Amino acid sequence: MLKLNGISKVYSVGAFGGKELHAVNDVSFDIGDREIVSLIGESGSGKSTIGKMILRLISVSSGSIFFDGVNVSNYKGAALKEYYRNVQGVFQDPFSSYNPIFKADRIFMFVKDEFFPQLNALEWNKKLNNSLEVVGLNPEHVLNKYPHQLSGGQLQRFLIARALLLDIKFLVADEIISMLDASTRIDVLNLLAELRARGLSVLFITHDLSLAHYISERAVILYRGCVVERGTTEKIFNNPQHPYTQMLIAAVPRLDKKWDKVEVDLNEKKLPEMTTGCVYYARCPLAEKACATKPVLLETESDHFVACSRYLNK
Amino acid sequence: MTLQVENLTIYYQTLRGDVHALESTSFRIEDHEIMGLAGESGCGKTTLGTSLALLKPPMKLIGGHVILDNEELPIADMERMNPFRFKKISIVPQYAMNAMNPTRKIGKMTAELLRSRNVDFKATLPILKERLDLVKLPENVLEMYPIEMSGGMKQRMVMVISTLLNPCLLIADEITSALDVASQKAVAEMLVEFRNRELCNSAIVITHDISILYQISDSILIMYAGQLAEKAPTDIIIHAPRHPYTKMLLATLPEAGVKYAEKQLTGIPGNPPLLLNPPIGCRFKERCPLAFDKCMDVPPFIEIEKNHFIACWKELGTNAQA
Repeated sequence: MLKLNGISKVYSVGAFGGKELHAVNDVSFDIGDREIVSLIGESGSGKSTIGKMILRLISVSSGSIFFDGVNVSNYKGAALKEYYRNVQGVFQDPFSSYNPIFKADRIFMFVKDEFFPQLNALEWNKKLNNSLEVVGLNPEHVLNKYPHQLSGGQLQRFLIARALLLDIKFLVADEIISMLDASTRIDVLNLLAELRARGLSVLFITHDLSLAHYISERAVILYRGCVVERGTTEKIFNNPQHPYTQMLIAAVPRLDKKWDKVEVDLNEKKLPEMTTGCVYYARCPLAEKACATKPVLLETESDHFVACSRYLNK
Repeated sequence: MTLQVENLTIYYQTLRGDVHALESTSFRIEDHEIMGLAGESGCGKTTLGTSLALLKPPMKLIGGHVILDNEELPIADMERMNPFRFKKISIVPQYAMNAMNPTRKIGKMTAELLRSRNVDFKATLPILKERLDLVKLPENVLEMYPIEMSGGMKQRMVMVISTLLNPCLLIADEITSALDVASQKAVAEMLVEFRNRELCNSAIVITHDISILYQISDSILIMYAGQLAEKAPTDIIIHAPRHPYTKMLLATLPEAGVKYAEKQLTGIPGNPPLLLNPPIGCRFKERCPLAFDKCMDVPPFIEIEKNHFIACWKELGTNAQA
């Protein structure tokens, strides 16, 4: 369905843009039909940047994105609009996705004006009601209201319903449940799984590992713009191999197990000469000389890839 | 006994009437207890925490007492609370990330803060350095501006400042929610360490993330729509909750190892009530599968077993029959 082929995003930073910041560095993975893939990382790891590049909200510095076998990374104009019929995104903060002075259903009118100008009001209402029912909302209760009259969960479902109006094949879900309360977030998560059953593929961007494990078949772990581990969720959670993934999984607060007494080392060692090596070198407890060269993703077991020099010789 | 709250009722005054944010809450926290306070957004947990330290308009005290170490806190009086703040009761606010003055270096800001409490900065400096070491911040952060620090560093710095004068009670409001899992764990464990070293006697940890509380707190208090629902030792809340809201709330959390394909979790249908005109009786009755006639009366918050308090007619009823 979607294939990322070595995409990077480089920003110019510093006075006069003299320095380069690699927000995303040579990331490749693919997402199959009817598959939910989790993209997991800390803040600043570049996970949202990847989502935005897929949605073509920001340009791709190098590499390419293939959608159904077609390179979409430099689409413009009409072709890009056609692309948006298939690919849509939903973002973290449902409250600021709306203009508070207009009614919330204005977002649906934009979709009609842009993509379905030929439909008459009756056909459109049928389509809209259908889409709202798919996301579990009662049209009578939620239409014709202002954003402040709806709850966060309802607003987030509205945005998903808007995306579904277009019969999309692919959804970028960027932290869509982190702002929601525990009592409603699981419903939105279940909704994603139901939509997958209807033939949708989802890139689920999150920092919450237990939710990623709950919903997705495959996961990609990102650290500082580089993929450090990817594979089936089962294998990553039961057998994390990269030291970063191991640390992340140990730090997740769980209800069935108390934290181990291992301390988290937050301070990065200052080693400027190591900038070309492994991205995790500065925090890695197992760092050694071999880490000076950048490790490549290696398949350690079927469908489980790790970028760590410890696995190079095996 | 450290903190005793009796019938504390706090309303927010708005143009459209009073918002009943906190309705006659009574509970107590023992020495060395870390109490977790959890609930959905808008359930009054921050109101409860803030009212103990900084009760200012539009918050209004309607009634109740707060007793800290056998001394009643004049929580409604901003001026008379001043000697207590920072020394007896200290808060790490929800906006801790932005709590520091961006135009002052950390060290200078701390010095100004201490001077406002008539404490000598120079004399406190060794303690400050010791505490920085405890939270694993280098000493040179005192020469840094807040913008130079990461979110986790700022959070730890605010914790150091808040506990500098060894308060009896530390209120930590959502200190981990804006952090990454790794710093989340470090900050949460530091809070326990602060208590273990008796830098603060007891603590209230406000959060929406019950799994964090399971890791660090001794007891958990669950709130719903301004009313207390259940308070019990952590293990009992997690493994044997009695209140229907606690049960449903825990059922929404994905345990590690649960997958959608194997076991579907369910949310709680409906929304919390608006507190401008709160429903009479138990405020959870609209969403409660067990609600019956008796729920039109407000259930009392009663100790049904040792240290296990609950406000639910169903549970109180069965207990009375037994």
